Amino acid sequence: MLDIMALLRSLPPSIAQGIIWGIMAIGVYITFKILDFADLTVDGSLALGGSVAVMLILNGMPPGVALIFATAAGLVAGLVTGILHTLLGIPDILAGILSQIALYSINMNIMGKSNAAISVDNYHLVVSLRYINAAIIIGLIFLAAIVCILYWFFGTELGYTIRATGCNEAMSRAQGINTNTAKIIGLALSNGLVGLSGGLIAQYQGYSDVNMGRGAIVIGLAAVIIGEVIGDALLGKRLNFAGRLTFAAIGAVIYYMVITFVLWLGLPSQDMKLFSAIVVALFLAVPYLRSKSVSSFKKAARKGASS
Amino acid sequence: MLEIRDIHKTFNKGTINEKVALRGVSLRLEDGDFCTVIGGNGAGKSTMLNAVAGVWPVDEGRIFIDDVDVTGLPEFKRAKYLGRVFQDPMTGTAATMELRENLALALRRGQRRTLKWGITKAEKERFIRALETFDLGLETRSSIKVGMLSGGQRQAVTLLMATLKRPRLLLLDEHTAALDPKTAQKVLELSDKIIEEENLTAMMVTHNMRDAINHGNRLIMMNEGQIVLDISGEEKKNLTVEDLLQKFEDVSGEEFSNDSALLSKN
Ligand SMILES: Nc1ncnc2c1ncn2[C@@H]1O[C@H](COP(=O)(O)OP(=O)(O)OP(=O)(O)O)[C@@H](O)[C@H]1O
Ligand SMILES: [Mg+2]
Repeated sequence: MLDIMALLRSLPPSIAQGIIWGIMAIGVYITFKILDFADLTVDGSLALGGSVAVMLILNGMPPGVALIFATAAGLVAGLVTGILHTLLGIPDILAGILSQIALYSINMNIMGKSNAAISVDNYHLVVSLRYINAAIIIGLIFLAAIVCILYWFFGTELGYTIRATGCNEAMSRAQGINTNTAKIIGLALSNGLVGLSGGLIAQYQGYSDVNMGRGAIVIGLAAVIIGEVIGDALLGKRLNFAGRLTFAAIGAVIYYMVITFVLWLGLPSQDMKLFSAIVVALFLAVPYLRSKSVSSFKKAARKGASS
Repeated sequence: MLEIRDIHKTFNKGTINEKVALRGVSLRLEDGDFCTVIGGNGAGKSTMLNAVAGVWPVDEGRIFIDDVDVTGLPEFKRAKYLGRVFQDPMTGTAATMELRENLALALRRGQRRTLKWGITKAEKERFIRALETFDLGLETRSSIKVGMLSGGQRQAVTLLMATLKRPRLLLLDEHTAALDPKTAQKVLELSDKIIEEENLTAMMVTHNMRDAINHGNRLIMMNEGQIVLDISGEEKKNLTVEDLLQKFEDVSGEEFSNDSALLSKN
């Protein structure tokens, strides 16, 4: 028997979780959508943010300040991927994978083991699943601040260089933009947000784990794509940049609500990642298939045969 | 002023795809010179322009723009001296950005990009006025995404971007080749007008002999990575397409193969 009350009870936690992961989704939006760079660093930098935050808190740092360091750590991770790609000429996906793999060892070293716990009983954590409502509000404050800052940043001259680089590198260089620098800044910014998100996730769940970021990129992509589809459906052309960022975060919330729902329906949790991968593959394929339905070889062949 | 001193460029050196594209090209353009560049496919015209723009380093030789030795500068640093329009209308603009944002990017060519606003209110006004002079009906659509524009419109926008901030040298590489004849004519007229009004130094590659003769005060022909003909002044004014075709055959030992050049004889 499916228990409706259980589903309703699990909604607020999934919203809180979605909002905190939404910060990571905005990071993924920056690389995937603005910079047109498939950055797999994310899985590593998320766990990096978590590990750094937890270890600093365990060593007496205020949890809020620890988030600054989690952000900075993520930033450095993005910087490294950017340097691997631009200065050393390693293809984007591979550069991200290298950082991600390296970060596994780094995170193990930071924690000294594969995971580390912090109890909300002993520390004034910024967010915790013990206090869901507070976590939702604080998460929303973080999101609002991030959307405002990014909206400003991508409206500046420097922000323009990153948008232009993601869109057309030849044009950017012809207009005097150092595309390498633009990519590095974009990657650092993105992974900084992912690190921050990791720091918040670790506090929310009360521990960090070297594997906490596994598959994060898929969740990020799912959030970005779901957010885009829904944003376009609801607002279409009126959707501005701040709106698009917000919808990436909303996409994360919806993602976690869907996850909660299918778990409630009885999907074994071990199949969750398979489910996520299928969802992302479908959403990525839809625009392609739609354009093909407008013009495809099969269709052309049919038309030719009938006339 | 542009001075190219004996530049050489070989692509894919040491592989089976090795291709000598420039073998000792020298050229000096004075301020206000408008030089058209013709030559067969693969003659090295684009390669010469790309060498000037710094798309990749040359193997040998030096390049000066206004007496500054730019040979060692990467593409994005040379950009401050150059305005460029490419053959492919997609190359010159950022499709996902607004028309005015593209113009704002171009206006800051050669400047340090800071955390100041990427576009100011005064600039938005200025861009609308600049678009008015182009007479393409774009002045009311400056907030449109460039990707929504036609190839000809994008090429005109690229031309505006290239000249919005006065370049020391304007490089046009077959920038009308991908357009329909009417649009090509319009973009060519615009180019002429700007070069004339701003008294720009410019190089224009074209496959159209008539255009090469009718525009500019100097004409060079390239063949197999070398400049084989350099005509200016009165001699250029009196040049005919037949002369050029004859000269082309003389240097290359083959007939000029481009249909559009032949068709445009009359
Ligand atoms: N980036 C590159 N890599 C390898 N080979 C190149 C490159 N650019 C040009 N080439 C080669 O150099 C030679 C000269 O090419 P270039 O593009 O300068 O010719 P072009 O005179 O502009 O001809 P077209 O009229 O066809 O544009 C050609 O053989 C071309 O294949
Ligand atoms: Mg060419």
